[in-house]
Amino acid sequence: MTNHWVDIKNADLILIMGGNAAEAHPCGFKWVTEAKAHNKARLIVVDPRFTRSASVADYYAPIRPGTDITFLGGLINYLLTNDKIQRDYVVNYTDLPFIVKEEFAFTDGIYSGYNADKRSYDKSSWDYELGADGYAKVDPTLQHPRCVYNLLKQHYARYVPEMVERVCGTPKDKILHVWEMIATTATPTRAMTIMYALGWTQHSIGSQMIRTGAMVQLLLGNIGVSGGGMNALRGHSNIQGLTDLGLLSNQLPAYISLPSQGEQEYAKYLAARTLKPLRPNQLSYWQNTPKFFVSFMKTWWGDAATEQNNWAYDYLPKLDKLYDMLQVYELMHQGKMNGYLAQGFNPLAAAPNKAKLTSGFSKLKFLVIMDPLATETSEFWRNYGELNDVDSSKIQTEVFRLPTTCFAEENGTLVNSARWLQWHWKGANPPGEARSDLEIMAGIFTRMRAMYAKDGGAFPDPILNLTWKYAQVQSPSPEELAKEYSGSALKDLADPKDPTKITRKAGEQLAGFAELRDDGSTQSGCWIFCGAWGPAGNLMARRDNSDPTGIGQTLNWAWSWPANRRVLYNRASCDPAGKPYNPNRKLIAWNGTAWGGADVPDFKADENPAGGMGPFIMNPEGVARFFARSNMAEGPFPEHYEPFDTPLGYNPLNPHQPLATSNPAARVFAGDREAFGTAAQFPHVATTYRLTEHFHYWTKHARLNAIIQPEQFVEIGEALAKDIGIATGERVKVSSNRGYIKAVAMVTKRIRPLTVDGKTLHIVGVPIHWGFMGLAKPGFLANTLTPVVGDANSQTPEFKAFLVKVEKA
Amino acid sequence: MPLQSLDIVRRSATTLPEPEVRGAHTGQVAKLIDTTKCIGCKACQVACMEWNDLRDDIGTCTGHYDNPHDLSEHSWTLMRFFEYENPKGDLEWLIRKDGCMHCEDPGCLKACPSPGAIVQYANGIVDFQEENCIGCGYCVTGCPFDVPRISKSDKKAYKCTLCSDRVAVGLEPACVKTCPTGAIVFGTKEDMKQHAEERIEDLKSRGFDQAGLYDPAGVSGTHVMYVLHHADQPGLYSGLPENPKISPTVRLWKGAAKPLALFAMAATAAVGFLHYIGIGPNETDEGDEEAARRESEKAP
Repeated sequence: MTNHWVDIKNADLILIMGGNAAEAHPCGFKWVTEAKAHNKARLIVVDPRFTRSASVADYYAPIRPGTDITFLGGLINYLLTNDKIQRDYVVNYTDLPFIVKEEFAFTDGIYSGYNADKRSYDKSSWDYELGADGYAKVDPTLQHPRCVYNLLKQHYARYVPEMVERVCGTPKDKILHVWEMIATTATPTRAMTIMYALGWTQHSIGSQMIRTGAMVQLLLGNIGVSGGGMNALRGHSNIQGLTDLGLLSNQLPAYISLPSQGEQEYAKYLAARTLKPLRPNQLSYWQNTPKFFVSFMKTWWGDAATEQNNWAYDYLPKLDKLYDMLQVYELMHQGKMNGYLAQGFNPLAAAPNKAKLTSGFSKLKFLVIMDPLATETSEFWRNYGELNDVDSSKIQTEVFRLPTTCFAEENGTLVNSARWLQWHWKGANPPGEARSDLEIMAGIFTRMRAMYAKDGGAFPDPILNLTWKYAQVQSPSPEELAKEYSGSALKDLADPKDPTKITRKAGEQLAGFAELRDDGSTQSGCWIFCGAWGPAGNLMARRDNSDPTGIGQTLNWAWSWPANRRVLYNRASCDPAGKPYNPNRKLIAWNGTAWGGADVPDFKADENPAGGMGPFIMNPEGVARFFARSNMAEGPFPEHYEPFDTPLGYNPLNPHQPLATSNPAARVFAGDREAFGTAAQFPHVATTYRLTEHFHYWTKHARLNAIIQPEQFVEIGEALAKDIGIATGERVKVSSNRGYIKAVAMVTKRIRPLTVDGKTLHIVGVPIHWGFMGLAKPGFLANTLTPVVGDANSQTPEFKAFLVKVEKA
Repeated sequence: MPLQSLDIVRRSATTLPEPEVRGAHTGQVAKLIDTTKCIGCKACQVACMEWNDLRDDIGTCTGHYDNPHDLSEHSWTLMRFFEYENPKGDLEWLIRKDGCMHCEDPGCLKACPSPGAIVQYANGIVDFQEENCIGCGYCVTGCPFDVPRISKSDKKAYKCTLCSDRVAVGLEPACVKTCPTGAIVFGTKEDMKQHAEERIEDLKSRGFDQAGLYDPAGVSGTHVMYVLHHADQPGLYSGLPENPKISPTVRLWKGAAKPLALFAMAATAAVGFLHYIGIGPNETDEGDEEAARRESEKAP
């Protein structure tokens, strides 16, 4: 989230799209209710299904799964054409005046630099034109034909309402009604918040869907302001923490990427991540990368990380490719990976194409499961009849189950969607032999370290030298780890302006990342968390909910990264002179000498606005981007591409270029391409989702949850039910080109057929929560049906739009 | 707010006078369920099961979101979902939390023949005292909302207590405490009516011209009230009765007919006694037994 849960109450308009907050985030949804009840806010829901969120919405519009870029691209065109943009904001705070290289081109859905064999782009033309001074060229009058404003206008000119209706299946009057409502927030005193979740991320073009939403918000001046923002609702209780701590295959903590194979040289690696300003007097905060990186390396390797050995840079793996989960299961499937440790993860249920997963797991030598529950993954080798029809005698994989505690059985912190680190305290002792994940990992690590010490190995140094200074070697405490992530001084730190003055003694916790240094004198395991456990102690444990601002900025409740800042980009809530755009919901303001107010300023605290520093300090331009430059895999502007299981077989926006039917830059493994379905065989469009009554695949093990939602079902509209002769409560078989499930049919008015490019299309809703383990009625794993292809940037699987056939079971 | 009064002001099948000294001078309680804020998450169902130590069976899906499918001795509240296509052609998903309405004039209490099995407290809560229940099921007949359920195992009647145990110590009912959107609120009936007024005004600004409060006069008002988008059509909310009344049979039987019934019972007893004294006990012979057996076999 750019903003936070409580801030949603300040919204004038709420758009829920690519998510179903009432269903999946009922507790956070209270702030939507609050905005409606006490801020006269209106709620719009755009979703393939009339959801629980839609049940309390002021306006609902249906949409075909996977076509959100078209809907929002049309909105961009509408806002630009009708001049419903916050002009002062976009001219000063975005890249609209920036001039793009002449070589940049976009033809029939393909950008310049495409290599069809590699399914990837040479992105050198996707950039600004630089002047002799090294700065990007701009045209504040927005007249230059290649300024981002004109390119944007040109790009979305094709997204007219008629095209949006053809692609999305949303009736034109509903499209226009939604757009009109949204356009009212272009004034500085009205704000819209966008709430989205997996309905946007789980597409082969998911990242670009989110970007399109962000672009709409930028045009309307809704980023950085109270009641606005792009608010990702994180699902799993610590998925935000997972991302922050870099638990992705190509990431280090705090959004620093691992080196690739081509980056053997430390200087080159660091230079590529130390971003120099692209415009005069811009902060370009990633100029500080060396301080963050060195402090991180000191955390991991302590005294073994020295200036002479480039802070142990050679210890870091250099990636030849991304090792995301889809890649890993592909390697297993090919027999190239033979051991797997699944920690707090049930991939047989949670990853796409169960048949492929079963084949991969069956080729492993060992599979270790760390989980509080017996999961489908831990039982993948056992025959459960039609639900898991395997021949156990043919599976040689040795499975180890290491029972773990669950979050309520340990101290620690979770990061919520609002980026708040909220400390929690152990509520009960774990049952049986369960141990904390920390204890289990420490056990594995210390045993491996002993083996390397005894037997050596090709390169034992990173393991032998890893910092492990915990009071109990076999059981590091959450408190020790939290302090380590936050950061401390390794030596006495002198004031750079007055070397006789010591600002921080060796061993002291640091108050924030501004204290980090690149000379090895500080350590911080995750720079964005720096200060969470500061000199004053554990700020995550704070529980003061007083709100002197009246707008929900409870700065003494827990701790929010970065720097306890609650609303990101809050400098953009003020006009260029530093005066709040909306006097009723002031976040910060310039008082003549400093910035301050209801939030921690997301800006240089004493920077006079006259200097022209932009509010988007993490970007070297100082402004927000419509034109993503080389940061996205499939192009600088979001373009609609069909889901890989496409019901049309062509892209109505680019009908003459088959390469542009589906995302041209998405990675597709050979066998998975063959497993995509066609509309001829599988005419219905399915989408998977969660229900309020359950949490993923856990709560089917809990009796109360099983009582209130006991048995697997799929949702189909009345028209489809009539076509196939099914009444509600009867059983149906839902098949894709990957497999089938059987479930109770819930026939509903809440799903209606859509007319897409002249054809009638039926939508099928597949809730995910059932499996062959647990207390609820046994069911099929929904991911038996889903295709293996991910978003071209994040590799998040395309769970939200695929082809099936529904028939009587 | 002295809502905790547990003084019993009405008691089923009892003619003793009611205590009057400690009245609900600052107002009786009410729970307000705002169907327009409800997202049907069922957290209230779970909170109810947890607080009251109830566990229903793990059932099946019959093609609806309502689970369990109906109220039972183990499920004192549940969400009922109804898909309504309004005259404009737009869909509305009307979700109502069903359960005891805690009538000011409770039909169940009126109908109950067992002394003290059903009581009403000074704060307005209608409570079942299961140890006094004889399982006759008259409360089921007496209830205009079809709420009480007789347990199949202990043959006693159960329903929502409005968490009278929590209210007695100054806490709100468990469902109120847990409701994530604030769709269920609790306080004095006056405060709840006032809160409902604000909600209705907001709903009217959103085009729900017929938004209103459900506090039916036919049972002298209820201590559980609803805010409805369509107060003119309560039936849309999975059959919420438009004008609930205590059935005339119950009224007659427990009203005018009650002294007659008491007289008739006394007369029956007296005649029986005289018969025993004068003629001796009735005895059956084998023929009578055989006829009775055949009679019972004929029965379905």
